[in-house]
Amino acid sequence: MMSHLAFVALAYGVTALTVAAMVLAIVLDGRARRRELADLEARGIRRRAAGADGIVS
Amino acid sequence: MMALFRRDLAIATRSGGAAMLAVLFFLAVVAVAPFGIGPDLNLLARIGPAFLWIGALLASLLGLDRLFQADREDGSLDLILMQETPDLILTVFVKSFAHWVASGLPLVLVSPLLGLLMNMGLESTGAVMLTLLAGTPAIAFIGATGAAVAVALPRGGLLVSILILPLAIPVLIFGVSASYAAVTDPDPFWPPFMILSAITLFFAALGPVAAAVALKAAAD
Amino acid sequence: MSDVSISPGWLTRLANPSRFLELSGRILPWLWAATLAAFAAGLVMSFNAPEDYQQGITVSIMFIHVPAAWLAMMCYSLMAVSAIGTLVWRHPLADVSAKAAAPIGAVFTFLALVTGSLWGRPMWGTWWVWDARLTSVFVLFLMYLGLIALNRAMDEPGRAARATAVLILVGFVNIPIIKFSVNWWNTLHQPASVMRLDGPTIHPSLLYPLLVMAVAFTLLFFTLHMMAMRNEIWRRRVQTMRHRAARAIGSGQ
Repeated sequence: MMSHLAFVALAYGVTALTVAAMVLAIVLDGRARRRELADLEARGIRRRAAGADGIVS
Repeated sequence: MMALFRRDLAIATRSGGAAMLAVLFFLAVVAVAPFGIGPDLNLLARIGPAFLWIGALLASLLGLDRLFQADREDGSLDLILMQETPDLILTVFVKSFAHWVASGLPLVLVSPLLGLLMNMGLESTGAVMLTLLAGTPAIAFIGATGAAVAVALPRGGLLVSILILPLAIPVLIFGVSASYAAVTDPDPFWPPFMILSAITLFFAALGPVAAAVALKAAAD
Repeated sequence: MSDVSISPGWLTRLANPSRFLELSGRILPWLWAATLAAFAAGLVMSFNAPEDYQQGITVSIMFIHVPAAWLAMMCYSLMAVSAIGTLVWRHPLADVSAKAAAPIGAVFTFLALVTGSLWGRPMWGTWWVWDARLTSVFVLFLMYLGLIALNRAMDEPGRAARATAVLILVGFVNIPIIKFSVNWWNTLHQPASVMRLDGPTIHPSLLYPLLVMAVAFTLLFFTLHMMAMRNEIWRRRVQTMRHRAARAIGSGQ
C-alpha cells in the first residue's frame, strides 16, 4: 500500500506544481503587460479614443 | 477544371517536381528500415505493411505545403480566390486530387516493389497496395486544409506536417489494421477497409471546404 | 456584414474589450474566492473519501484525473465555439478567447495524461497503453500544441485567428472520438461512470468529492481563462500603441 500512496502523492504533487506554474505564468504575464501599458501612457501615448471604441487590433 | 487538373499535374511531374521527390523519400525511408531493425527476413515480413504505411504517410505529408504556395508565388492564387465559394471548393478539390495523382498514386505504384524488398507475401503486398490506394487520398484532402492554413507562412512545410499528422492518425490505424487483417486469418479484411474508405470520403468532403474557408480568411 | 444584428445581445455588449476588462476586473476576485473555496472543500472531501475496495488508495487520483480530462475536452469545445464566433460573427473577443484557452487546455490535457499514467501504473501494471482513449487524448494534446504553434507563427492577429479557427473546427472531430472511444472499443480504460443516462454507477461517497473537484477545476479554468484573455487584450493594446508611436515618429510629429 505504501507504494500506492507514493503514486497518489506524486499525482497530486505534479498537478499542484503544474497548476501553480500556470497561475504564476499568467499572473506575471498580466503584470508585465500592465507595466508596459503604464509605461506607454506615462510617455504620453494614448490609444485612439481611449476606452470608447471596441476594436482590438 | 480539366485544364486546371492537367496544369497542376504538369507542374508536379516536371523535373524536380513534388512527385519524384515523394517517391524517392518513400524509397529512402523504407530502405532505411532493414538497417535499423536488422536483416531478419521474417521480422521484416511481419512489420512490412506497417512500415510501408508509415513511409507512405510521411512521404505524402512531405510535399503538401507546395499545394498552394506555388500558386501564391506566381500570383494565380489571387485569381483562384476571386471565384465564389462553391467554385472555390471545387477548385481546391481538383487541386488536391491532382496533387494526389502526382504524388500519392506513384507511392501506391511503387509499394509492391518495396513489399518485395521487405519480404512480404503476395497477399499482404496486394492488401497494402489496395489500402494505400484507398487511404492516401484522405491525406491529400485533409492536407489541403493544412496547406491552406499555413499558406502565408514562409516556412510552413514542417508546421503543415505537424498540424496534419494528428488528423491522419485514423487513416494510418485503419490502413494498417486492414493490411494485417488480410494476412492473419480470423480477422475480416472488409470492416477496417470500409472504415478507411469512409474516412477518405469524409475528408474528401470536409478538407476542400475547410481549405476554401481558410484561403478566403487568409486573403482578406 | 453587420455583426451586431446577428450575435446575441449580451455577447454583443461584451464585444467591447474595454467593457470586458471592466466587467472581468469586477468578477475576477469573486471567481478566485469561489475557486479557492471549492478547492478547499474538494480536497478535504477527497482526503476523507473512503478507500475503494478494489483500487485502494489510488482511487483518489480519480479526483484530479477525471476533472483534468473533462477540462481538456471542455476547453477544446469552448475553443470550437470561439472559432465559430471568429469565422461567422467576427466577434472581436472570440479569437482572444480561443488564443487564451489553448495553452490552458494543453496544460490540463497534459495533467490528464500524467495523472492517468500514474493511476495506470499501480492498477494496470503499465504506464501507458496504446488504446483508443489514451491515443485520442494524446492526439488532442498534439493538436493543442499544433494550434499554439500555428497561432504563434503568424504575426497579424486577425489572420492568425481565422487560420487557427478553421483548424480548431476541423480538429473538433476528435472530441466525439475521445468521448465515445471507451464505449466503441473494449479497452483497459473503464467506461464512463458519472455522465450516464441511467444515473452514475459510482458510489456517492466517491461521487460527491469528484463532483466538487470537477466544479473546482472548472472554476479554476474560467478564472485562468479570463485572466489570460485580459492579458491578451492588454498585449494587443500595447502593440497598437507601439505601432502608433512608431508611426508618429516616422511622420515627423
